[in-house]
Amino acid sequence: MGGVGGPEKLIVNGKRLDGRKLNEMREMEIKVGVIPNADGSAMVTLGETKVICAVYGPKEVLPRRNLDSEKAFLNCVYGMASFSTSERNRPGPSRRSTEISKVIADALAPAIFMEKYAGLEITVIMEIINANAGTRTAAINAASVALADAGIEMRDLVCSVASGKADGQLMLDLFEPEDNFGEVDMPLAILPNTKQITLLQMDGMLTKAEAKKLIEMSMKACEQIYELQKKALKEKYGSEKESE
Amino acid sequence: MLKQYFIELLEKDKREDGRKPFEYRDVSVETGVIARANGSARVKIGNTEVLVGVKLDVGTPFPDGPESGILMVNAELLPLANPNFEFGPPSKDSVELSRVIDRGIRECHAIDLDKLCIKAKEKVWMVFVDIYPINDDGNLLDAGALGAIAALKTTVLPKYDEKEEKVIHKELTKTKLPLVHSPVMTTFGKIGNNKFSDSTMREEKAIETRLSIVTTEDGNVSAMQKGGAGMFTADDVIELIEKSAELGKKLRKLVPSK
Repeated sequence: MGGVGGPEKLIVNGKRLDGRKLNEMREMEIKVGVIPNADGSAMVTLGETKVICAVYGPKEVLPRRNLDSEKAFLNCVYGMASFSTSERNRPGPSRRSTEISKVIADALAPAIFMEKYAGLEITVIMEIINANAGTRTAAINAASVALADAGIEMRDLVCSVASGKADGQLMLDLFEPEDNFGEVDMPLAILPNTKQITLLQMDGMLTKAEAKKLIEMSMKACEQIYELQKKALKEKYGSEKESE
Repeated sequence: MLKQYFIELLEKDKREDGRKPFEYRDVSVETGVIARANGSARVKIGNTEVLVGVKLDVGTPFPDGPESGILMVNAELLPLANPNFEFGPPSKDSVELSRVIDRGIRECHAIDLDKLCIKAKEKVWMVFVDIYPINDDGNLLDAGALGAIAALKTTVLPKYDEKEEKVIHKELTKTKLPLVHSPVMTTFGKIGNNKFSDSTMREEKAIETRLSIVTTEDGNVSAMQKGGAGMFTADDVIELIEKSAELGKKLRKLVPSK
């Protein structure tokens, strides 16, 4: 958080710089089945943030050292395309992307019946095509739908949003200036049916009461995201069912 | 098996080593343990031992912070401390460990990085914090974070020769690193519905998920990170924020105040 050269204010006349209210999410669009080669795939657009996700598997674990005889090896790879950021992003893994890949795997695993795929690998590849904050949470939203598209047996979908604080105000779904120059960033993911938290990161400075409010705000937004995810899946599969 | 055993103990408010769920093992912090480092600390939590050294150098600032010093936190998980660690490029665990500890220090502005500017856009102090686990018996996160803040508290700047524009590493000044806060990290494990702090290695093998929370002196939260393929409820998180502030207060007493 923080930095130089930011806008003087992030909230003007009660509105954010992109005209949103504090508890308003950017427009989200979800498309299922965007990569024919993949077993499951999805694209999520959240304002200017865009991510494409492919799921391959269940398949043989390669290399074999990753094999887990009790549960699936969930191989999540988050990456950013070189042209997705203002300054060119050097392709290939970075420390940031390594950590994000790990927390995304931890966020998705509780939704999957991992023990059903013992000894097998499920590969989830998420590439950010255009970045304007909220990339890891958009990637989780895409991945969870892509996993369902691949027919992976799941307890629930996973819904995710990054909220935070800027100009002293709590707000939903940060976009770039708020992410860069605001005070707090808190990505969160839940299983919408049980409200269990599967991703939680936070940095900045919050009181306990603020943390509580921000979690509540994010959880509410996740309910909206859940509806969009279901709608996107129905768009692909709903008609097939009716014709049966 | 192991999981069931821990659940049964925790449901009776017990741990296998006789501790209460939210009790730490013996914690000790020793500073000034490495003569060549600009600041250093050895932290022991039970059998877990971590060595942290701080080295300073001068470098070019990042374009987005032309007048700010640079903080770099790195963890070297050598097979020395745990046979399951591997040589080679940093593992996901070591990247996560160092990045979570880094944010714990960075996000509450524990170091006043703006005071580490020598010449805007050209030369700033770079603070390298390197964390070396010596023996891993669980909870490297808390041990590493505590070691990092203790080492930083005792860090002194080496001499900077303005004419030659270089650092004289062998000559130390009396200037301390400008520290504003003492963030303390506490990590909680969860098995079944049972939450507890300071996991041993055996407990770490059985936990479903963990939550690390960094609090500052005033009890506010400056960083959080959930790890592991399990889940927390919102109530869990709020409860653990309270516990973290409470436990953090005790751990902070072990960090040198100046």
